Amino acid sequence: MAMPESLYYFIQQLINGLTVGSTYALIAIGYTMVYGIIGMINFAHGEIYMIGSYIAFIVIAALAMFGIESVPLMIVAAFAISMMVTSAYGYSIERVAYRPLRGGNRLIPLISAIGMSIFLQNLVRIAQGSRDIAMPTMISGGVDIGPHEGFHATLSYMQMIIFVVTLITMFGLTLFISRSRMGRACRACAEDLKMTNLLGINTNGIIALTFVIGAALAAIAGVLLGMYYGVINPYIGFMAGLKAFTAAVLGGIGSIPGAVLGGLLLGVTEAITAGYFSSEYKDVVAFALLILILLFRPSGILGRPEVEKV
Amino acid sequence: MMRANLKPAIISAVVVAVLAGLLLGIRLDQQGTTLSLVGAGPDVYWKIGAAAAFLFFFNLFRDQLSALWKGLPGLPKAPQKLVEVSHKPALRRLFWCFMIAAAIIWPFLSNRGGTDLGTLVLIYVMLGLGLNIVVGLAGLLDLGYVGFYAVGAYGYALMAMYFDVGFWTGLLIAGLLAALFGFLLGFPVLRLRGDYLAIVTLGFGEIIRILLNNMTWLTNGPNGIGGIPKPTLFGLEFSRRASEGMQSFHEFVGISYSSEHRIIFLYLLALLLVLITLFVINRLLRMPIGRAWEALREDEIACRALGINPTAVKLSAFTIGATFAGFAGCFFAARQGFISPESFTFIESAIILAIVVLGGMGSQVGVILAAIIMTILPEMAREFDEYRMLLFGLMMVLMMIWRPQGLLPMSRPHLELRT
Repeated sequence: MAMPESLYYFIQQLINGLTVGSTYALIAIGYTMVYGIIGMINFAHGEIYMIGSYIAFIVIAALAMFGIESVPLMIVAAFAISMMVTSAYGYSIERVAYRPLRGGNRLIPLISAIGMSIFLQNLVRIAQGSRDIAMPTMISGGVDIGPHEGFHATLSYMQMIIFVVTLITMFGLTLFISRSRMGRACRACAEDLKMTNLLGINTNGIIALTFVIGAALAAIAGVLLGMYYGVINPYIGFMAGLKAFTAAVLGGIGSIPGAVLGGLLLGVTEAITAGYFSSEYKDVVAFALLILILLFRPSGILGRPEVEKV
Repeated sequence: MMRANLKPAIISAVVVAVLAGLLLGIRLDQQGTTLSLVGAGPDVYWKIGAAAAFLFFFNLFRDQLSALWKGLPGLPKAPQKLVEVSHKPALRRLFWCFMIAAAIIWPFLSNRGGTDLGTLVLIYVMLGLGLNIVVGLAGLLDLGYVGFYAVGAYGYALMAMYFDVGFWTGLLIAGLLAALFGFLLGFPVLRLRGDYLAIVTLGFGEIIRILLNNMTWLTNGPNGIGGIPKPTLFGLEFSRRASEGMQSFHEFVGISYSSEHRIIFLYLLALLLVLITLFVINRLLRMPIGRAWEALREDEIACRALGINPTAVKLSAFTIGATFAGFAGCFFAARQGFISPESFTFIESAIILAIVVLGGMGSQVGVILAAIIMTILPEMAREFDEYRMLLFGLMMVLMMIWRPQGLLPMSRPHLELRT
């Protein structure tokens, strides 16, 4: 039975959307975890993602220069080093721009984070130049869905890698949060920071840990999307951060499954807009979606409605 | 004591050296399709080393440094008498009159560049004052303020292009249009809590820019709109030859034409707009609505208990703030004669926000001072142009850490209970 072309077209958009959406989800988890514990938006999170991409490119270029051509090794090295470096960045950002400001007016850390974001973006711009840097495709090919002749959808190997890595990461994170001692401490902090501190848990350490985890996840997204698109520049962090935040709010900020759901939903919405209307308006649709969600369900899809306390 | 600081000092120095070294010390170099790495010049390594050493010593001697800092006598406090005198209304009025007079005389004493710079400062003062209503007084963090600025600018430019509207009508329409946008956006989002609001407004600002970029049939897309008519003075044009049926200023007054007349006129016009803005805001502040803004910023729940409708109050602040951005946008479009979506990026919003924050949220004198600093400093440091945004970001962070209340924090008359 031959399926109509339009169906394959739709499947293709769905695959593309889920690919991008799963990386949004990875970044969104960083926002949601930090927000869940200290109630602040880590505005510089998008820049961490951008730095992750740059480090991955640097690592891959360095290995290529040393004559190492094995693709799996390159990818693993890119992931490992990029995650380590961005973790250090995440930790430093927390120490410099957040810890001294905790407990004051809510606007103050947000403004300092905006400053941090501008600082990091321009640091990379000065160091690496503002033009696009492209990398040759490392993993090509894919699996066709549908008839080989005529119109069909393709699931590329790169997209498969993105799905698999995202799934493994999420699984690991879920295990960590729900089973490990530190994960329990994280959840306790999200519940009641002061009380957790009184019970003898090093809350400063836990807060730093959430920044580090968020940064490492953003780095994974940065490596994946960097290889997927093959092009990076110092300005990609801003939009990605904004999208990921939208995803986090969409799913209900503070909730990790919500961030994943929101990311996938946003990715698919964007891909369908781009596929059926115009790719120029996909950002507009993403923000319009955000405004609509906040209008009708301010706590997001999976979020708990918040009660304002005196 | 120093031993306790040794470990964090070493750690911070190493972290900085590694982090900066990886990103700054190595450059990605693209030759065709191959990507290779080149080391940055030795000066960069020196800089990284210096930064690491600085952090090491800073952390090592941090206790001594803070003791030293406390030991400094600090600025001599103004004598009580002087403080009392400076709070006298008559003197304050005199001070303001003096400032306004100085601002009026400025273009006649300065050269063309100075006047132009003055106009730019005044545009930022106007934007800063407008955003100050939203952020400083009502406590709503608006990161998309530049969106309303764009609405004002494009509103006037499009009106002038399609309907041949003059500057003064355009000013009114631009203000109203921006107010309408503020109202329409504010209506759904103002029920949200502070940080949500920040991101939604940010998204809104981006939407406006993307729309302006993509609606090529209306706005000419990234190429922008040119040939926007300049402002006129009661129908007098500031050009060498007046257009059909018009009269030019120099003919009317009977002096020879000079292109500087227009620059000075634009400056004075901006000054007038700023003074109107200041006047309106100061009146509003004394009205119940202004009091409600500040009360809402301090405690929303208490306000609700007292019967103030928070949404209506926030909406009014949002709309009025947007109106001033619309005025500023219209003036900007008329002054430049050309606008494109380039001028309305997020960075612009961040600069305006930095003006408000640097000046001290809510303080109008502070906003004016900060607008002057933020506009003139980059002009003076042209050779550091590449580092401008870097330093700007750094300054925002440091400012929040050391002086979150701003340069001149708002003081309001208050009585304290003596115990």
